[in-house]
Amino acid sequence: MTDIFDLLKGKPGDSDYKNKGVIVQGITGAYGSLHTKQMIAYGTNIVAGVTPGKGGQKFEDKVPIYNTMQEAVNATNAKISIVFVPAKFFLSAAKEALESGIKLLVAIPEHVPIRDTMETLDLANKKGAIIIGPNTPGIMIPELIKIGIMPPMPFKAGKIAVLSKSGTLLYEISDALTTSGFGQSITIGIGGDPVNGTRLIDAFEMVKDIPDMEGLVIVGEIGGDSEEILAQRIIDIGFKKPTVAYIAGRAAPKEKRMGHAGAIIMGNYGSAESKVLMFNKANIPVAKRPAEVPVLLAGKMEKSD
Amino acid sequence: MQLLEFQAKELFREYGINLLESISSTNIEDGRKHAKELGYPFVIKIQVPVGGRGKAGGIQKCQNDDEFELKYPQVMDLVIKGEKARAILLEKMADIKKELYLSIFLNRSKRCYTIIASAEGGVEIESVRNQIIKEIGLGDVSDELAKEVAKEMKLEGKTAEQFVDTLKKLSKLTIEKEAELAEINPLAIMQDDSVMALDGKFVTDDNSNFRHDELQKYQEKTANEVQAEKSGFSLVELDGNIAVVGNGAGLVMSTLDMLSDNGGKPACFLDVGGGATTESVYEALTLISRLPKVKGILVNLYGGIVKTTVVAEAFLQAYENNLINLPVFSRLKGTESEKAKEMLRGSRTNIFDSVEEAINAAVMGINK
Repeated sequence: MTDIFDLLKGKPGDSDYKNKGVIVQGITGAYGSLHTKQMIAYGTNIVAGVTPGKGGQKFEDKVPIYNTMQEAVNATNAKISIVFVPAKFFLSAAKEALESGIKLLVAIPEHVPIRDTMETLDLANKKGAIIIGPNTPGIMIPELIKIGIMPPMPFKAGKIAVLSKSGTLLYEISDALTTSGFGQSITIGIGGDPVNGTRLIDAFEMVKDIPDMEGLVIVGEIGGDSEEILAQRIIDIGFKKPTVAYIAGRAAPKEKRMGHAGAIIMGNYGSAESKVLMFNKANIPVAKRPAEVPVLLAGKMEKSD
Repeated sequence: MQLLEFQAKELFREYGINLLESISSTNIEDGRKHAKELGYPFVIKIQVPVGGRGKAGGIQKCQNDDEFELKYPQVMDLVIKGEKARAILLEKMADIKKELYLSIFLNRSKRCYTIIASAEGGVEIESVRNQIIKEIGLGDVSDELAKEVAKEMKLEGKTAEQFVDTLKKLSKLTIEKEAELAEINPLAIMQDDSVMALDGKFVTDDNSNFRHDELQKYQEKTANEVQAEKSGFSLVELDGNIAVVGNGAGLVMSTLDMLSDNGGKPACFLDVGGGATTESVYEALTLISRLPKVKGILVNLYGGIVKTTVVAEAFLQAYENNLINLPVFSRLKGTESEKAKEMLRGSRTNIFDSVEEAINAAVMGINK
């Protein structure tokens, strides 16, 4: 698999080391333009935008806008794009990006049909590209690059990797971590959909070998079995870094979608109990409240010292 | 959305899957007419969006008018796992040789559709033994694959032929309607070796609704839930008395969990979403003011791109217009939260520094 840090940061000596270019698809929409400004303010190198029909214009007098992804990629050689188009146009936007050579596509829209996500993934696999999302807050290396919609305040550079299905819980828990002195090496929003471009287990594979990682935080929620599969993987490979989990939705009723398309317990499939049970089996404590995450993490670190 | 049995069977019929004769009704007058058309004996089946109907007495045999008059109202009045009857289905009795299991479902972790089939059906999927599992990508089932499944199930002759036909039709239905689950349990082998779908469960992907006008008649949402969707937030109505409002599905679920841990009973799950504005939050408060049983509101906001002051402003407007006269317990954190707290000082909103404190106060204040 492509190294995510290679894509986000590059290697010392690269001309674009720690300054990777990102293209914004849907840059002129209300949502796209708001978050493009925020990303630029955070220091992300936004090199181009794409909005059909607006080619030749400039965003904020700086960022060139193109009609197509192919033109934008040809002009910038960027390998990363972030997509803000409405859900029903996501599939065509994503296909265009992948066909143009994008290797990391961050899919922000909520309400993308599952079939469209699956078709996108099919193509991404053929092209060797990574999809983050859909329905994700994005991915970031705090204080270096933010490709997403997360607010900057909760995050601080550090050595904890955070993987989360939920956006606001990612902010909430990162905030609690930061306040307790635990900065983050990378945060990955998995997204709240039933089918994820990058599953929890894929995100884990991306971060598990970070040399100076001191801890891992997994923020899951009801629905599906990706937490269980991750816990099993952690058992299988004997992953030893201090790890703490949080699961939202213990009090949710069955057969009801709790805000996220993927947050639904069908029969016994996707229940919080099943996830907590598997994490316990993997010797991973599960916090009862977001605020408890740093406390449990500190406890784990003491033990491993 | 999740379809009821009779709705799933409408789709099965449209796609040519074998079914027994059946008719649905919502009152006993219509039921009587259908009973005459159908003729005894038949089965009365409650239509609810949950499993376990048989055990709960929701499926009853009916041999004559006296039994019908007795059982129809009994079944209609049942509440199963909190769900009232949406309708009653009368279905001809079947002479069954054997019960099979067949489903196509969206395998979330494998990210493909998957067939589960078994020669030992009729029980809940968790208890179905000797499952044959086939991953089928985007859902297409070839002739060869369908025959292979029939062979592995040791089906022969006419039964095998009809099973192959049913599986292919179920696959077509799954693809065309963008289902997350299409289940036939049991799929019965009849005395004449034909196969028939005796039950049906069908769940579609809500996010594909815009491509499926034809399915919208099956949409079952409360007026409030429809209104919430229009305003861009999600609402799930629950049984308790404390309305829970926040931004982000995960954060609101987490708040429900903590409230329940502390003995509180949530009246609803309300996620105002990432694009909340003063207007949309005001809209959310309007919805809450219409929910019965609500005795108080618990607000948990983590302001990111959405400023907490935008939300505070909606509350102030709601107080001013006398929309809300319930106690409000809130925790505001993130963007402009100090300013938001200042705005709400002296208002009906009780402000707390942590969500734990807000929850404790809400539970104490409302349960007393």
